[in-house]
Amino acid sequence: MTRYLASRTVEVIVTLVLMSFVVYLLIGLMPGDPIDQMIAGDPKMTSEDAARLRALYGLDRPLLARYLAWAGEAIQGNFGYSRSFGQPVLAVLWPRLLNTLVLAGTAFVIATAVALPLGIWAASRPRSIADYLINLVCFAGISAPPFWVALLLITLFAVGLGWLPAGGMADIRPGTPWTAALVDHARHLMLPVITLTLVQLGAYTRFMRGAMIEVLRQDYIRTARAKGAPEGQVLWGHAFANALAPVLTILALSFGGLLSGALITETMFAWPGMGKAIYQAILDNDYNLALVGLLIATLATLAGNLLADLAYVWVDPRVSLTGNA
Amino acid sequence: MMLRLLLLLVALSALTAPARAKDELVLGMNQSPGTWNPLISSMLAKSLITNMTARPLTAYDASSRLVCLACTDLPTIENGKARVIDLPDDGKGGSRKGIELDLELRELRWGDGVPVSVKDVAFTIEVGKHPLSGVASSEGYRRILKLDAKDDRRFTLTIDRVTYDYNSMGLSLLPSHIEKPIFDANPAEYRNKTAFDTDSTNPGLAFGPFRKVEIVPGSRVTLERNPTWTGQAPHFKRIVIKIFENTASLEANLLSGNIDYALGELGLSLDQALAFEKRHKAKYDFIYKPALIYEHIDTMLDNKLLADRRVRQAILTAIDRKAISDKLFEGKQPVAEGPISPLDPMYSPAARRYSYDPAAARKLLDEAGFADIRNGVRHNAQGERLSIDMTTTAGNRVRELVAQVIQSQLRQVGVELRIKTDPPRIFSESLNRRQFTGLAMYAWVQQPGGVPRTILKSTEVPSAANGWSGQNYPGYRNPDMDKALDAAERELDVEKRRGFFAEIQRLYVDDLPVLPLFFRVDPFVIPKQLKGVVPTGHLNSSTLWIEQWRWED
Repeated sequence: MTRYLASRTVEVIVTLVLMSFVVYLLIGLMPGDPIDQMIAGDPKMTSEDAARLRALYGLDRPLLARYLAWAGEAIQGNFGYSRSFGQPVLAVLWPRLLNTLVLAGTAFVIATAVALPLGIWAASRPRSIADYLINLVCFAGISAPPFWVALLLITLFAVGLGWLPAGGMADIRPGTPWTAALVDHARHLMLPVITLTLVQLGAYTRFMRGAMIEVLRQDYIRTARAKGAPEGQVLWGHAFANALAPVLTILALSFGGLLSGALITETMFAWPGMGKAIYQAILDNDYNLALVGLLIATLATLAGNLLADLAYVWVDPRVSLTGNA
Repeated sequence: MMLRLLLLLVALSALTAPARAKDELVLGMNQSPGTWNPLISSMLAKSLITNMTARPLTAYDASSRLVCLACTDLPTIENGKARVIDLPDDGKGGSRKGIELDLELRELRWGDGVPVSVKDVAFTIEVGKHPLSGVASSEGYRRILKLDAKDDRRFTLTIDRVTYDYNSMGLSLLPSHIEKPIFDANPAEYRNKTAFDTDSTNPGLAFGPFRKVEIVPGSRVTLERNPTWTGQAPHFKRIVIKIFENTASLEANLLSGNIDYALGELGLSLDQALAFEKRHKAKYDFIYKPALIYEHIDTMLDNKLLADRRVRQAILTAIDRKAISDKLFEGKQPVAEGPISPLDPMYSPAARRYSYDPAAARKLLDEAGFADIRNGVRHNAQGERLSIDMTTTAGNRVRELVAQVIQSQLRQVGVELRIKTDPPRIFSESLNRRQFTGLAMYAWVQQPGGVPRTILKSTEVPSAANGWSGQNYPGYRNPDMDKALDAAERELDVEKRRGFFAEIQRLYVDDLPVLPLFFRVDPFVIPKQLKGVVPTGHLNSSTLWIEQWRWED
């Protein structure tokens, strides 16, 4: 196990180094540099100003030299400063990462908790009215664009009924009781979480349903039923454990994506998270911020993948990490 | 189950529904500020907030009149506080004229009680001039040759040239008692270590009516009254500025009562405001303030097809700008006849105007040699097709719509327009590097009375040699224009300067290196109870007068 984890850690490090190089190169090769944008926004800038700022930000050096300089500092734990915010990139990204973890994590837990039983239920009654209804809801969830779902929810619950805030984060003032603070947090979180949950729910339910239908066709399920095992035990004791492995992979990978992919939901609900930060950093030519943000998202995906592999072993005793089974 | 959920929502809503106090104001805006240091970069979102916590020395008011904010009296030649002087010989020979300005700071204190003094002015100029400080535009600071302190509040500045805007000192002061030790430690690291970003809620960074007490990055900024403010007391104790970068979300928050007022300068788009007005006229006042934001089309004069000014004149004559304004903006967006807005004190009404006249456009194109029409598109004697690319910014729905209307109107006179949309960073690179091949549609922000030197002077054409600076993207070169620009910049007599501006406008509309479209309006959707908000239409925004904002029943 230790050896396996060590080798996977090396894989993760190598992938991150390669990713950092590729991302740095891609951002550097994109048209426009930060000084071009400054010139466009400030007619008073002179050629001397442009040359001075390019030298100050190191933009007058070759891309490879800039990358090596950044990598040298990054190895020592200094990931550089965000040009837009004038702060260390980790200081800019850390609160946003926490915000995204709260939003995406809550939505992920709810979507998984609802999707798995729903998928199993639909798979146990294939081609029934319930199955068709669940499929319909799933396809609606998959097809509906998140911005539209968000607008619909805002219009209904914030504008129409006035029950929930249309966006932003809780405004907790000194002296607010913790219960009221918690409720305010919950109120602000509710609509973005519902949006993100609905977006994921359809796909997860369809994955679970598909995996379960496949397993329920197997001979050992037929044998269990022939032996008189109760349906609940057949579904949860025999089928679910075997159907879970492929679904785990999908869930683990999609969680990694959520860290950087909740852009639309974050934008619509003014939720300052990672997706928005990375997108804006790319638009603003904020190299360091975009690069580190994308590396964190990559790390989350790789970590999710590793967790999925570890979970395989947990759910399926036939799988071994050492390759001896 | 559903009923329980609904009951829970109602209960939650009742528990925390915010009952807003009369002395509190919640604002919304659609851009998130970056660095808070006022010198490091210019950004509207930042200046809208910083205007409430500090004041520049001088600013233009809503009537585009220059006024003192952090100083006591505006120095002018007339009151003797500005004097044209002979500068000592710099070794290059020839006499040089400069100007001396006597200024006195108002009695102001930083939020930590330290008086605002000449030391702060001197330190701000030092940072502005330093090549490693990271200040974007240092030209204004470099022009200041000398600062002579008379006492803690009175000083004289010596400027190295005589220009019309000699007394426009939009200097945003830095607190030297906090920032100087950071700057002196390492000027090259100052932009990353400034207390404005490392200790943003430090009271010593503000001397305005408010100070920042809380910043939730990307979400909100909270301001509270600054107890050391010596000016008119503001009506609000607390102001919360919430950030919603999506304008649909901003509108929803306005409607739901989550914000009281979306700042007009960075609030709803014009089309949103027009639709909003139809539904909510009873609760809000609507002010469509024409701003000094000039929507226009740059022409690439290196393109042979556009080199003949008759072609450029024909294109402008074939565009029905009034109809576009009427249909798309309900007539709220005034048609521009040149780069100088009618709101600008230097505007000249005498310059030529182009009205929509397709017949005249056809005639001009015939005269320019594009008389042969094949498949609806004009060709010249060499068989060159009058087909032009027009680039604009992707994601700007209104501009994309305007581009399509222009395309269809030009087709009627035999000009083929191919529309390209680029993301802003690619678009700005194609402008800066002069890579656009035909037309480029975008907007400029002007300063009241500002000489359009950087966009029209022949030395301002971006090139590798000048580090791609300058904004004369069309590549316009006219010695008469250069002379008029220089003269307008140096002339101190207002009436004579007006004459030079009239000449600039005349040359501009005759040559048409840039096709004028509209002056953009900022839609201000103000709750009827909120009084004192006065839109300015220029870069010195309405929040500079925040102490006049108040609720009234």
